[in-house]
Order: sequence, then structure tokens, then C-alpha cells
Amino acid sequence: MTKGDPAHPANYGRVCSKGAALGETLALDRRLLHPVVNGARASWDEALDLVATRFRTAIETHGPESVAFYGSGQLLTEDYYVANKLMKGFIGAANIDTNSRLCMASSVAGHVRAFGEDIVPGCYEDLDEADLVVLVGSNAAWCHPILFRRLTDARTRRGTRLVAIDPRRSATAADCDLFLPLRPGTDVLLFNGLLAHLARVGALDTAYIERSTAGFTAALAAARDDAPDIGTVARGCGLDPAQIDAFYAAFAATRRVVTVYSQGVNQSSQGTDKVNAIINCHLATGRIGGPGMGPFSFTGQPNAMGGREVGGLANQLAAHAGFADADDLARVRDFWCAPRLAERPGLKAIDLFAALGEGRIRALWVMGTNPAVSLPDGGRVRAALAACDFLVVSDCVVGTDTARHADVLLPAAAWGEKAGTVTNSERRISRQRAFMPLPGEARPDWWMLTEVARRLGHGDAFPYKTPADIFREHAALSGFRTGRRLFDISGLAALSDAAYEALDPVQWPVPAGQKDGTARLFTQGRFPTADGRARLIPVRQAAPANAPSLGAPLVLNTGRLRDQWHTMTRTGDVPRLRMQAPEAFVAVHPTDAAAAGLRAGALAEVTSAWGRAVARVSIGDDVATGQIFMPMHWTDEAMPGGSPGRVANPACDPISGQPELKHTPVRLAPVALGWEGLLLSRRRLRPEAIEHWSRTPIEGGHAYRLAGAGSAQDDLDRVLALLGDRSGRAELRDARRGVFRCSTTDETGRLLDCLMMGAPGTLPDPGWLLATFASDAPLEAGTRRNLLTARGGVPAPATGDIVCSCFGIGADAILDAVRAGSRTTAELGKVLKCGTNCGSCLPELRQLLALQPGIQTREQPCPSLS
Amino acid sequence: MHAAAPERLLIIGHGMASTRLVEELVERVPGRFKITLLGAEPRPAYNRILLSPVLAGERAPDDILIHPADWYARHGVALHCGIPATAIDAGARRVATSDGRSFDYDRLVIATGSSPLMPALPGAGLPGVVSFRDVEDVAAMLDRAGEGRHAVVIGGGLLGLEAAHGLAQRGMAVTVLHLMPHLMERQLDAEAAGLLRGALESRGLSICTGMTAQEILGTDHVSGVRLADGRCLMADLVVLAIGVRPRVDLARSAGLAVARGIVVDDALRTSAPGIYALGECAEHCGTCHGLVAPLYEMARSLAAHLSGSEALYCPSPTATRLKVSGIDVFSAGDFTEGPEVEDIVLRDFRLGHYARLTVRGDRLVGAVLYGNTGDAPFFADLIQSGRSICAMRDTLIFGPALCAAA
Repeated sequence: MTKGDPAHPANYGRVCSKGAALGETLALDRRLLHPVVNGARASWDEALDLVATRFRTAIETHGPESVAFYGSGQLLTEDYYVANKLMKGFIGAANIDTNSRLCMASSVAGHVRAFGEDIVPGCYEDLDEADLVVLVGSNAAWCHPILFRRLTDARTRRGTRLVAIDPRRSATAADCDLFLPLRPGTDVLLFNGLLAHLARVGALDTAYIERSTAGFTAALAAARDDAPDIGTVARGCGLDPAQIDAFYAAFAATRRVVTVYSQGVNQSSQGTDKVNAIINCHLATGRIGGPGMGPFSFTGQPNAMGGREVGGLANQLAAHAGFADADDLARVRDFWCAPRLAERPGLKAIDLFAALGEGRIRALWVMGTNPAVSLPDGGRVRAALAACDFLVVSDCVVGTDTARHADVLLPAAAWGEKAGTVTNSERRISRQRAFMPLPGEARPDWWMLTEVARRLGHGDAFPYKTPADIFREHAALSGFRTGRRLFDISGLAALSDAAYEALDPVQWPVPAGQKDGTARLFTQGRFPTADGRARLIPVRQAAPANAPSLGAPLVLNTGRLRDQWHTMTRTGDVPRLRMQAPEAFVAVHPTDAAAAGLRAGALAEVTSAWGRAVARVSIGDDVATGQIFMPMHWTDEAMPGGSPGRVANPACDPISGQPELKHTPVRLAPVALGWEGLLLSRRRLRPEAIEHWSRTPIEGGHAYRLAGAGSAQDDLDRVLALLGDRSGRAELRDARRGVFRCSTTDETGRLLDCLMMGAPGTLPDPGWLLATFASDAPLEAGTRRNLLTARGGVPAPATGDIVCSCFGIGADAILDAVRAGSRTTAELGKVLKCGTNCGSCLPELRQLLALQPGIQTREQPCPSLS
Repeated sequence: MHAAAPERLLIIGHGMASTRLVEELVERVPGRFKITLLGAEPRPAYNRILLSPVLAGERAPDDILIHPADWYARHGVALHCGIPATAIDAGARRVATSDGRSFDYDRLVIATGSSPLMPALPGAGLPGVVSFRDVEDVAAMLDRAGEGRHAVVIGGGLLGLEAAHGLAQRGMAVTVLHLMPHLMERQLDAEAAGLLRGALESRGLSICTGMTAQEILGTDHVSGVRLADGRCLMADLVVLAIGVRPRVDLARSAGLAVARGIVVDDALRTSAPGIYALGECAEHCGTCHGLVAPLYEMARSLAAHLSGSEALYCPSPTATRLKVSGIDVFSAGDFTEGPEVEDIVLRDFRLGHYARLTVRGDRLVGAVLYGNTGDAPFFADLIQSGRSICAMRDTLIFGPALCAAA
């Protein structure tokens, strides 16, 4: 059992379901434990030499922009720092992007536009001290459960009102005081309407606007153009005017207001504008920089923030330095002694993989992420990965959808083995300390990157022996010719190894000479812009990039589940985390389900102009009509076709480059099936010969749901090929009904697998089977047979050994009859019929009678034949 | 009516069927008949079915007598063992016996059973060639049996396999020759027969299917069998078990209607007044039965009829079991495949169990069970009663416990 640290200020010891299950993700059976080159085990030297050679060749032949790194928020800040420095400083291109592009890029861009720097102004304490919290496009109840508990605790303690703004009635929306189910992609209109309303009712802080901001007039004009009155907002957003009134009135009347936003805002072709529409309202009311107030971007990944700090995005340079500023370029070049420093932004994720598909990227290194699953237009991404000249994947697990295409696999250290730092949404840097030894030949990513840098001839610039070496350099860079920038942790640049090891959680900035961190920024109304003022940005409502049409009338929304993390490479293998949703599903409103002819639990096909997914239908009114929802997590390992990434459109926000994963026009259709099956197996399989399949880890093994369009008879051999040796099998066939069921046990009677096949919709409830499978004990003979009924709970009647086989009469019944007074075989025959047919059992009946102590039988002794 | 002088009921043949008839009569209408039993074999009736375990040494010979000798006297039955009847005078209502006596009757029951079919094979008359019908046959087999000696059993039906198993248990190297492609083809489908074959082979029996004997070899005693393919098998003993023929000579001589067996109606009446036929020698609706259940049903029907009840014999589907210890086989009803027939099959490869049910419409019409025959009575009852199985279709093959819970 994993326990939180009660002293850690980010969570005070609380952990969510995923955190609580971390201990269950430590098993090594799916770990990548040694380097692999072209499918064969290799030594580290072979693998690293090859990586360096191929990268050097590409750089020398096609230029530095022909290579790329694609990182992730799973990397520690130190890993990220080395990757960024190598790519931008020494390879000389800025082609390093990260999966943070998929979740945070719009917030980064919005922050930079408004504040001059990527800054989250507030801290988690503001959640405790707010009187109104507006959650926009944030299912915090599932995605940030500990923070959401802070909000609900605050509601209990001080009456904080919670407002949810989301097209879908998520778990968060269901638990809020006011829920605005706005039409997808109309957030800008709603917040423009709010700004106009605040002006209308005189709720603006004109002094603050005067003193600390610029751009107010244009922003308000744009807002008024968009939203002259509440009726316009209501029509545009598809909301009840009364709901809007209630929200606007609450916002206008409450000084301590925090607006939380997350992927629902960011994953949009208008994501940056949405962020600024929200920030505009806070700036215009001066509700920023004080306790219990401010715009608050909730980050997804463990270390998305750390990546942003080192410059792990293609449009950032390093340590909040940008490409646009010659001074920035100079200071980073000077600090790194990097004469080949990249001088212009690199390719953002979507463009990077497009370039990969076009052959413009010749060598790619993917670190700790699974773009084959997580990027939109997934079919094209997979094709690009497959076609890539040279693909390196460093990961802690084997067999991800991305790793399948890799030329070189590098075994990375996992959570419990890594040492370094991470930063959370409130700018708090925490030490992550290894508590497990590195298994096999696994190594931290920073070490791999350092080794490749040395092989590329940059050993002098990459002298790192420990994460502490890297952190000190990163901290020193942040304080080097800092100027007005707020990201400065140079106060930590001189940490000794021991002090680094013992570092307490601290919120940046920590400038040189300052010992403690900084809880809140902008407290004085000053911002890191040239004039010190924040910017209100005039934004206008615009439709999502791709509108629904006759052929694609529904809007696909995607998101997370409570118990899963990203592409399931670790959480997906923990049975109890998979119980919430064993399979990829598509949530459909009852009206749309009826229109498409879908029944709950059936498979449905979701098709867009970009691709196709297949998932199980879940019917409910959490989603509005005209919209469907799919969780983002499913991979080809867990349920081929279940990933909405294959369907999602690749349209991006023009400023942030963040893809519009929350809005893809699709059509929905039932999948015609001839049969369905459930297979429980001890083994991890990839039933690729089966048309539709999913795998769910369960206690003791894996559950596979199988289905095919043909007849069960036609597919039976392909299904049987998944099972163990036939010698241990028991099977039931009822061909007319399309029923096939079987189970396999080993010599000891331990259940190895169990298969139920039948017509669609006729599979038995698996509850009893799952419980039986979970117990690893040998099955009793009766259970083994009854297993094929999938019912259990019906023990065969205890008969004792069968004595009279003609009538199936067992010794127990006979002894009962004897106790009840039968004294001869004839009397037994009268009571039980035993012995009255072939009579073969009469000798046994006589023996049973004779053996009963105290019973005097009246049976005559038999004469001899002779 | 019972006070009147008892009718004289004479029964020719003292086997399982006639013994059951007597049991039924003395229970239903004690004293109603003066019963006389004429047996050709020199001992009271025994359970012929148990000859197989006796041959195998799994049962003592003493165990298989149906009743002790004094049981008959106690119930007022005159039992004459070892006295075959030689002629029936249907007009005079009198039966002559081999010892020169004659017995008058008011009613006569012919229960002469059947005799083994003997093939027209060269050498079939040699010493050491035996059939498998009675205690004498078992004695003859045991006389020839012994460790390391060779036996050839011709006929892979129920009886032949039981004989083969018994002889193997006695240490003999046994080969079974069977004309048809699989064993017990009348009672088993090919898969059950295959499992049976495997089980028998794993016990050391050699099985040749689709094979006939061409000649029994030997001069003063059997020494081998020449097969149709020319091979020769050594044999110290040859057992013929290719079927039986109803014993009808007596009835035919008396002028009774005889087809394959003695023709009887639903009340087991022959063509002659006052004369009934019972058991394997009787032919009802064109069928002669060789299994115990229908014979007992006949006995019950005849007893009822003789007791004055309106009880007509109506044959039930027959069920078969093999008496080879450790091998449980059961079949009942009709399990031929066909377009309207639905098969439900349960197999357990580890345990070597097999069960196949055939369903027509909403009725169970046939069952073949191999390995686990515990639910046989349940299936036999469903086949016999013709009850709808609709409600328990999904769990039917798992037997009554799960069907009851359905």
C-alpha cells in the first residue's frame, strides 16, 4: 500500500486511486530491462553507439533539423534539462517537443500573452481560501482528486460555491453547486459575456486596470461585440439564461474567486484565446495575486511544469528564455557555451509527426510517452512511426504501441527508481527520491542522453554524474542574466549533494540569496512584461476547426477516467484500477443511441474523416445529445481500435499548437457481430486473429472480450488457438445455438483458462467466473464441470459414491433409507428403486446393509452357484 | 375369485425375465396362480448381466443368483432346474419335458430367451471356441484362460467387450475383432466409441475394427484365427459374441406365429390362446429386445395382465450400460445426426469424459455418455417421458442439479 507524505504541502498525505495503487505497478514482468536493437538484446554500448551514429549521420547529411526528441511530462526536470540542452544547444535545432503539447500548451501561450511569462500566479492554498471556484473544462474530481477534495472541504468549511462549466456532466459537474453544460467550444463567448457583464454591473476594478494592465479597452470591445447581452450568450452557448445569470452574478459579487481550467479549455483550436478570455476577467477585476483568487491552470502530468521550466517545448528556449529575444538567445548561448544554439522554434508535436511522415525527420527519440496512442489522427502517426528511418524509444515498459516501431529500445528507470525533481501546478519543486534499485540494465533518461551527447563529441558540456549536477546547472542558468523574468531558482544553484538530497518542497521563484520559496506572484500588480503591466487580450468566439456535418453529425469529446493514467502502460495492468472501466467505451445520449440503433453493451463504430474506433456502448445522459465521449487511454495492447486518437482530428490552436482533442465530428454505427466471447486466461495474449478484442487484467490473469462478424463456428479455430493444450480442457458445444464454452486446468486442477462464446448479448454474467478464476486453488471436480455453466453457487447434490447406476442412487441416499428403516434390498428398491433394474448393484446394497452397525438385516445369505 | 382353485401357470424358461414375472405375481396376487417354472439350466435363475464381472474375477459367482433356491418353495413356486421343455401341445394345454414328464397348464408363458449366433466360419466347431451366454460358457473360458495365453474375441459389441475385458483381467492377451468401423456401433457414436477404444487399449486390449475373421485355425483345438487381411492371430481361446437369436423352435413346432421371435401383442399374447411369450424370445411390434430394462417392463406388463389389470406393454427407449469396471458408458434413445437434430456436447479431455445429447424440437431424444454416467437416469427419464426441455435447455447437459436450479 502506498501512503502519502503527511508533511508534503501539495497533498498533506492524501493520494488518489492511482497513487494508492502505485505499489501494484512495481512488478517487473512488463519492464524493459535491457537495450534492444532491431528486436534483439544488445549491450548499452552497442545501443548508444548506434543511436549516436544514426543521429550524427542524419545531422551531417540532412542538417540538425532532420532529428528530433519527443519527451513527456513523465521525465524528471533533470532528464528534460539534458535533452533540451543537447537538442537546442549542441545539435543546434529546436526539434524537441513533448506530450505536454497535448495538455498544457494553450495555458503556456495564454500565460505568456497575458503575463509576459509562463506563470501560474497562485497556489493550492487559494483553493482553500476562495469563496467561489469556477471549474472550466476540468474534471478535477477524477483528474485532480486531491485538489478537488480541497475544494469540497472548503465548501464544507467556509461555504465555497463550486461552478462547473463543461459540455459533459462529469463527476465534477455532478458534484458542483451550479453546472453550465455549454455547447462545445463556446468558452470564449461565455467569458466574453462575463467580461461584458462585469463592466455592465460595475464590478470591474478600474484602479487595478489602470495601474496594472494594458489592452482593457480593446478586450472589452471585443467581448461586447461577441456578447452584447445574456440572450446572445445563452443562444451561442446553448445555455439557459438563468444559469448564465446565476454564474455571472456570483462571479460579480465574489472577490475571492478562482477559475480553474484544464484540458477542456486547452485542447481546442481556440485554446489560447479561451485561457486569455478567462484571465481577462481576473485582470479586469483585479482578482489575481491575492489569497483565494486568480486564474489557475491545473496541470496533468507529474512534471509537465518542470518540462516547461527547462524549455522542453519546441517554441521555448530554456529557463523561460524565448527565441524572439536576442538577449535571451545570447544568455543561453553564453551560459551553455553553445556556439550552435538553435535560433528559431522547432516543430511542435503535430507538425513534428507530420514531418516524420514526410521523411523530413530522419531520426527520432521518443522518451517515456506513447504518441501512437495519444496524438490525434493516430493512423497517420502510426504510419509515420512505422516509416521512420530511425526510431529510438526509451521507456520503462515493453510493448507499447509506439515501441513496436522502434529500431532501438532503451530501458528507462521507472518511478520508484528515479531520482530528481518535479514541479507541480503551484510551481512547487519536489524531490523525487529513488527507493528501489535499478532493475536489470535500466538507467535514467538523463544518463542515456548524457552518454549520447558524449558520443556526439559534446562530453565537456555534459559532465553530469548525478541528477544534482544537472539541477545545479539548471538553477544557475535560471539566475544567469535573469532580467525581469520571474523563473529564477538560482537560490538553489549551490546546493550540496546532501542538501539536494534533503531538499524540501519549495515554490519558485527562489532567487539567489532567498532561502524560501514564493507562494503567490503578482501580489503587487507588477508583471514580467516590458512595461510591468499584464495584458488583456481581445478575443472573439470562433467555432471549432471542424464543424459537424450530415455525414458526421456528432461531436466526439475525449477525456480521462478516474483510475487510469495516460496510455495504461502502468495503471492498465492493475486489476483494481481497471474495474471502473474494463473496456474502451463510447458514452452516448439515449436519444442518439436510439437513432443509431445501439444497445448498451454492444460494440459501436465511431468514424471520422481521420479514422475509426470501436468501443462498447454506454448509454446515459451525462453526455448531451449530439455529443459522444470516449476515454483517451485505450491502446492496441488493451483494445485495438479503442483509441479515440485514431478518430480525433489534428486541427490545432494556431498559437499554442495544441490539438483540438475535445472536438471531432464523427458518425456512430453499430458493429454487426456474429458472436461474442469472454476468455479468462493466466497468460497475456494478443489475439490479433480475432476481429475485435480487448484485454483487461483481472485477479490471477487477464480477461479478454472477443467478438467477430462471422459465425462462431467459422472463428472457433482462431479462438481455440489462444488456449492451452487441449489435454487439460473441458468443453461444451451447442452448435445450433452458437454456444462454445471451455475451460483448461493443469494436472493439479488449477484453472488455466476459461472461454465462453455465444450469440451477441447472450454471454453469461462473468461475476462468478471471475471470482473462481481469482482463486488460484485447484478446482474440485464438481466446480470444474459446472464452470462451463458460468453460474456456480449450485453445488451438485451430495450423493456419495453412486451405487445403483441405473437410477443414479448414491451411498448417502441408501444409508439414509437404511436409517429410515429399510432392511432388505427389496425394501431399498421400493424406496429408492435402486437395484430394481439390472440388479448389478445388489451385492453392494447387501454390503451396505450388512455394514450398518446395530442394524439387523433380514437379507438371506446367498447360496453358492456350485 | 381368489377362493377358486388356483390357475396353473406354467413358465418355460428360468431366466431374468421369468423370475421377474414370478416376483411380480407373488407380490401382486399371491396364491392366484399355481406356478411351475421349467429351467433348462441346472440351477436357479441368476443375473446374467453379472457374468461379465464373474469372468473378470470382480465378483464371486455366489453373488449373482437372483434368489436362493428355497425362495421359490417359500412362495409356492415349483421350480424344476435342468429340465428343458421339448414340446408344447397347445390344444391339450400340455408341455413335455426332456425327462419324459409332462406338465398341464391353464396358461403358459414361453420365456426361452435366446442363443448365441454362431458364424459359419471354418473351425467354429473346434474345442476352445466358445460363446458367452451362461455359467457354463464362463467356466469354459476360465478353463482356457491363464497368464500369457491368447484370446480372440469376435464381436466388439457389449458382450464381446465385456468378455474381452474379463479375459484380460485373467491375464490373457486379448484381441477384439469387430466388423464395423467403431465399437458398439448400435449403442455408441463414433466419439464415445473412440474413447472406449482408447480406454480398452490402455488396459492392454488389442482392437481391430473393420475386420472379420476368415477362419478359425487348429486341428484338435483352436490355435489361431486367420483374418480377412490374411494375418494370423494366435489364440488359445476364441469367444464368439456376434449377436443372439431368439429361441423359437419350441413355439414354432407348436404352430405359434413366429417371425424373428415369437410374435406377441401388447398383452404379450401369442397367436395361441392361453400362451404368452416373454423376454428375448418374444417379438413385439417387429422388435426383439436383448436388454434387461424392456424385458423387465414386459414382465411387469404380463404380470399385470395375468393379475387382471389392463396393462399393456409399451416399450420405452432402451438404455445401455457397459459392465467393464472403471469404464462408464451409457446410451439411450436416438442419437443419429440429422438436419432437425441439435447436438449438445460436453467433453472433458483430461478426464476422458464425453456426453452428447440430441434434441429434436423441445424434446430430448437421445443421449450418449462416456466416463461420467451419473446423470444417465435423468436423461433416460427425459427421453422416456418426452417432457419439454425448453426451460432447462441451457443447463440440460449439466444434469438435474443445475436444471432444477434453472
